[in-house]
Amino acid sequence: MAQAVPAEQKWWSGGKSPFNVEYGKLMMWYFLMSDAFTFGAFLISYGTIRFSSNSWPDPNEVFKSFPVIGEMSIPLAFVSLMTFILIMSSVTMVLAVTAGHQNDRKGVMKWMFFTIIGGIAFLSCQAWEWSHLHHQGAWWGSNPFNNIDGSAASTNFSNFFFTITGFHGFHVFSGVVINIIMLIMTYLGVFDRRGHYAMIEKAGLYWHFVDLVWVFVFTCFYLF
Amino acid sequence: MENSHSTTAHHGGEKDFSTKAIWKTFRILLYITIFELILAIGYYEIDFSNRELVKHILNGVFIILTLAKAFFIVAEFMHLGHEIKNLIMTIVVPLLLFVWFIAAFLWDGDSYKNLRNQYDRNHFEQSKVKMEKKEHGHGEGVKKEHGVE
Repeated sequence: MAQAVPAEQKWWSGGKSPFNVEYGKLMMWYFLMSDAFTFGAFLISYGTIRFSSNSWPDPNEVFKSFPVIGEMSIPLAFVSLMTFILIMSSVTMVLAVTAGHQNDRKGVMKWMFFTIIGGIAFLSCQAWEWSHLHHQGAWWGSNPFNNIDGSAASTNFSNFFFTITGFHGFHVFSGVVINIIMLIMTYLGVFDRRGHYAMIEKAGLYWHFVDLVWVFVFTCFYLF
Repeated sequence: MENSHSTTAHHGGEKDFSTKAIWKTFRILLYITIFELILAIGYYEIDFSNRELVKHILNGVFIILTLAKAFFIVAEFMHLGHEIKNLIMTIVVPLLLFVWFIAAFLWDGDSYKNLRNQYDRNHFEQSKVKMEKKEHGHGEGVKKEHGVE
């Protein structure tokens, strides 16, 4: 909208793409929109169950551990690190897209590499968190944590936690796989032959979406 | 598909990302997240007289800050803010369904809780029974069966 579009330009009179984006990119947007509804449905069902419960476990109590430092009580520190890693990898992804716009193959490869590292780091953190909670006795169908008011909690908390962070983690995993494929294609010079790096942009959209979903998962599970 | 050429014509001009803008967006996201954490940890550490009310206000703040972060990611990182208005609308307008979606379902959950507390007094009293604080160290004895289901 902010571009230099003459006011009387007729986008819909034929001969040009009315949305001024490539087909694949447009469809990526619509895919992400449908995926947003999937995640939205998950998070809203979590909210419904939480609203229908008299009490709920305290995230500050559940998520207070940090690897190596162990049982040191810094609430939310570890998950903040995970959030930072994911936002950081989102930034390197934008930088890769920018390099792609300049047809800078070296730059794309460098930033894609950092993005993949960020994705793997996030997945490792999540693996640690899952295994730590599992050792504490939390898993699907088992919840060792009491509610914040001291009453017994149902298993809803851990069921939703593992399902939703698992579904998100699976998205991160597929994002990493897609990014690795993009890196290989860049290395082989596929996009140079094609003359543009539009594929990097589409992979980037997916990757930012994963980051976007994490923002909501973070709020719903760790802050509320 | 002649418009695929338009992607090559991007560079230069205002459609391009500027590295400065990227880092600015990153800093905004980082500051918002740090601010959220300060609020969450502050709530945990400070002893308020009416925790319920403070928590409700805090949750409202978290929602606003989360939406702000989502806006920056979508508008800047995903570049949607720089697309044609019609494209923005086809993405954003369907998402307005979430307004109904969230309101209806959370309302439903709350109503279920109230009705159940009112008509199933046993459930209500059971849910108020305090458990002794468990030492959740090594996962033994945690597979508890609780009658309140």
